[in-house]
Amino acid sequence: MKILRFLLQKEFRQIFRDKTIIAMMFMMPTVQLIILPLAMDLEVKNISLSIVDRDHSSYSQQLISKVGSSGYFKMVSMEPSYKEALKYVERDEADVVLEIPAGFERNLIREGKQKVGLSVDAIDGTKASIGGSYLNAIIADFTANLEINNKATTPTNYTSKSFIDVTYSTWFNPLAQFKYYLVPGILVLLLTMIGGFLSSLNIVREKEVGTIEQINVSPIKKWQFILGKLIPFWIMGIIVFTLGLVVCWLIYGIVSEGSLLLLYLFAAFYLIAVLGFGLLISTISDNQIQAMFLAFFFMMIFTLMGGLFTSVESMPDWARNISNLMPITHFIRVVRMVMLKGSGFADVQLEFFYIIVFGVILNGWAIWNYRKTA
Amino acid sequence: MEEKVIICNDLTKQFGDFYAVNKISFDVYKGEVFGFLGANGAGKTTAMRILCGLSYPTSGKASVAGFDVYKQQESIKKNIGYMSQKFSLYENLTVSENIEFFGGIYGVERSEISMRRTDLIERLGLEKEVNKMVGELPLGWKQKLAFSVAIFHQPRIVFLDEPTGGVDPVTRRQFWDMIYEAAAGGITVFVTTHYMDEAEYCNRISIMVDGRIEALDTPENLKKNYSASSMDEVFYQLARGAKRSDN
Ligand SMILES: Nc1ncnc2c1ncn2[C@@H]1O[C@H](COP(=O)(O)OP(=O)(O)O)[C@@H](O)[C@H]1O
Ligand SMILES: [Mg+2]
Repeated sequence: MKILRFLLQKEFRQIFRDKTIIAMMFMMPTVQLIILPLAMDLEVKNISLSIVDRDHSSYSQQLISKVGSSGYFKMVSMEPSYKEALKYVERDEADVVLEIPAGFERNLIREGKQKVGLSVDAIDGTKASIGGSYLNAIIADFTANLEINNKATTPTNYTSKSFIDVTYSTWFNPLAQFKYYLVPGILVLLLTMIGGFLSSLNIVREKEVGTIEQINVSPIKKWQFILGKLIPFWIMGIIVFTLGLVVCWLIYGIVSEGSLLLLYLFAAFYLIAVLGFGLLISTISDNQIQAMFLAFFFMMIFTLMGGLFTSVESMPDWARNISNLMPITHFIRVVRMVMLKGSGFADVQLEFFYIIVFGVILNGWAIWNYRKTA
Repeated sequence: MEEKVIICNDLTKQFGDFYAVNKISFDVYKGEVFGFLGANGAGKTTAMRILCGLSYPTSGKASVAGFDVYKQQESIKKNIGYMSQKFSLYENLTVSENIEFFGGIYGVERSEISMRRTDLIERLGLEKEVNKMVGELPLGWKQKLAFSVAIFHQPRIVFLDEPTGGVDPVTRRQFWDMIYEAAAGGITVFVTTHYMDEAEYCNRISIMVDGRIEALDTPENLKKNYSASSMDEVFYQLARGAKRSDN
């Protein structure tokens, strides 16, 4: 215990002396949490839409103005034919093409149903699929209103002529809930990056400088050394998390629906897992560049597969399995559930169990992998 | 019979099929200043790291302070001090903080650390530099500090790996005074060097060539046996056949 105190004292002195680390720890979460969601929010709002209205009826006008007033779309052109409209997509000027066929109004009135064409640009998949889902929602809403007006019994159908098979349902979250969905996830990502990078670069730095030799030749215990590294970063992590929550509240007005205590409980254990992961990388690597590459590799996977931007549920089986093997997936899920839905401990106990298991495995592995005698 | 604190029998370290240390055998007695000589690449650091419990030998036997180098490395570590070839105090901690930290992790009490630290700073004449970052000190002072830190917890044996490398002659002289002082205090000193004049300061020396110990005796006896007027000459006779060199 006494030895641990000396270790902690030393680590804190070094951390506080390193102005770059301090700046990174506090600037990064604030700035990124502010910039990232804003940038993404803009993107989903300005979906470029090209319209082919071959009906020129009052219904088609109504639908177009409804789409226009939704606020998500930027009409880039009205074209006489689908072929013309597609050129906009080819030139990257339109993300989505909405085609209203001739006889739209007549068929709606006479048969109560009509198809509209919806083509999305599969290159910018995220934007297009969000656009597609918004458009679907708007059309569905339009149809519902028509039914009331016309007392029609059969619902209007539409088909998507999209180039890709998009699962709209997971994205369908009208009224820009996307921001609320994204911000807590980014908070988790930042915590992961700061904790993961700092810890993965730390021990390996001592290897590079050579000071680890002086530690290894002392009678210090392996767990003492690892704990001495873990605790300072853990404290920094909790501070960063708090800072992030404050930013969420100040900038986005997002306040946790569920218990803050529960959030902190999870953050505490999640940090242990992330830091264990970083320390493991640090013990595996011989120099900072190796550690950086390894950490970066995993961070990319965490970012892309952790369910931050794409829902884990809509992933193919193999991807979902990988996703569930990463601590970040579980923490993102929990933070969303607790912050947005107000879930309690009972709802997330399985996730809690996962995170503890990750923490034990990763830290145990790091301690095991750290060799005082090579 | 004098007490043996290091016993080494046919100690070998292989890296692949390369023998960095090849069947070396020697004993070191308590309180002695033992010089471990050899050209660059001879295998001195490799052997020393095994004796310090930092690396596993490939074969052979060795014990340090009565503990086995295969199984009891952590017990060895409690009884030794080590100053590595590469400077390894924390450059971004002050003189005072380094002393405190390294004293602390060897289990020296805080009050005891303060006392010994005051004493040490005074002896080193570092009063003005106590709160300076170690990275800002000139090399000679760094080395003296590193040595003092290595014996701060009063180990039974101290291992010094080329402690005077790159240091000016005056500081080297002072450094050796410190080594003698430590030896007089009962600490066994195991020191590598490739400065032959320093070899004369040792009670006994071994000369390592290409992983093997080619000679082991007091400097006087070695000079006599090789009919040489200086250690330099002895070394030259032994080492000229060496195949290895880092340069
Ligand atoms: N980890 C290692 N892997 C492979 N070869 C090594 C390793 N460490 C040292 N060597 C080689 O062993 C030889 C002895 O090195 P070393 O013990 O550092 O010599 P000295 O300290 O006498 O200059 C050198 O040729 C060196 O290249
Ligand atoms: Mg060496």
